Amino acid sequence: MYDIIVIGAGPAGITAAIYAKRAGANVLVLYNGESNVEKTDKIENYYGFKDGIDGQTLFKNGVEQAKNLEVVVRKEEVLGIEKIDNVFYIETTLKKYDSKAVIIATGNKNLKPDVKGISEFEGKGISYCAICDGFFYREKNVAVIGNGAFANKEVEHLKNIANSVTILTNGNQIKDKITEGLNVNSKPIKQIQGENKVQRVEFEDGSGLDIDGIFIAIGEASGLDFAKRLGIAVKNDFIIVDENMQTNISGLYACGNVTGGLLQICKATYEGAKAGISAVKFIK
Amino acid sequence: MSVINLNRENFESEVVKSNQTVIVDFYATWCAPCRMMSPIIDAIAEELNGTIKVGKVDCDENQELAISYSVMSIPTIIIFKEGKVAKQFVGVTDKTELMEAIK
Repeated sequence: MYDIIVIGAGPAGITAAIYAKRAGANVLVLYNGESNVEKTDKIENYYGFKDGIDGQTLFKNGVEQAKNLEVVVRKEEVLGIEKIDNVFYIETTLKKYDSKAVIIATGNKNLKPDVKGISEFEGKGISYCAICDGFFYREKNVAVIGNGAFANKEVEHLKNIANSVTILTNGNQIKDKITEGLNVNSKPIKQIQGENKVQRVEFEDGSGLDIDGIFIAIGEASGLDFAKRLGIAVKNDFIIVDENMQTNISGLYACGNVTGGLLQICKATYEGAKAGISAVKFIK
Repeated sequence: MSVINLNRENFESEVVKSNQTVIVDFYATWCAPCRMMSPIIDAIAEELNGTIKVGKVDCDENQELAISYSVMSIPTIIIFKEGKVAKQFVGVTDKTELMEAIK
């Protein structure tokens, strides 16, 4: 068992890992998606780089720095977090890890697709958690909006309950292996329609699909996706933390862009340091 | 004040016909976010001690009751005023927001 698992390898996640490791913890960092830093051409406002630095180099240096301290860093997509009897279980596309504490530093990916009707029907047929809400759709026709392993995890749960499950990729390519024999519809979605609840998906080409419920699992799971499934308190699509980066779940911390505020590296590293120190205090 | 376990039999008398404000937590035992919501509801019951009613509906045992209030996602919290739905929250909702809505 690891002491601490950090999800995300951007400035917040790596700083958290470095502080925790230097305080004597056994740390694993899991990441897959591109960090916002990696996508930044040139960073010219970060302390100490008088000529600026390109994002890719800064990201790579961070990961190397953590590895030099013997932090284990693995490029694996995280599909879900569970907490049972004070142990966290982190499922990736390859295996399941366990730890005493978890730090979420996944950045601020959009949780929702930009489709009319999604926000309007939240709780009225739009769901973010198949395990929580699947049973309301027994023998009904449901869809999962997504295109990868994360969406497939939701499908695997729903296929035993619902009458039919369709993957809606919303114009995106399927990225990973998905359940065989599944209905896949790749058309871009125009809007979700219904009277008081979800009843139909209308596509850009004018065609439609009658549906009773839609589960959202776009791309790779982000901090907000974990929050919806685990019950982490969220406000305005950002995870709520206290001054020690502690969420409402004991042993679970969040830092960096996922907590909102100033979306800057200096803020991410401060929060990463705080989360790393707090997580170490927690496990001791 | 203690939290009332609501079901098909007592929902009408405890909620619909109540003159008091009632806050109802629709949940299921296996739902992780519901387990995070539950202590918040308990804290509200404690703090407002008797000035409002606080109840919980186990959706697994009372699915029809949940569906009759269009609950399709859990946890869902509904605030009833004079027996009618006044406000509905989906997902883990913090105590301050709920206390504000109860006023």
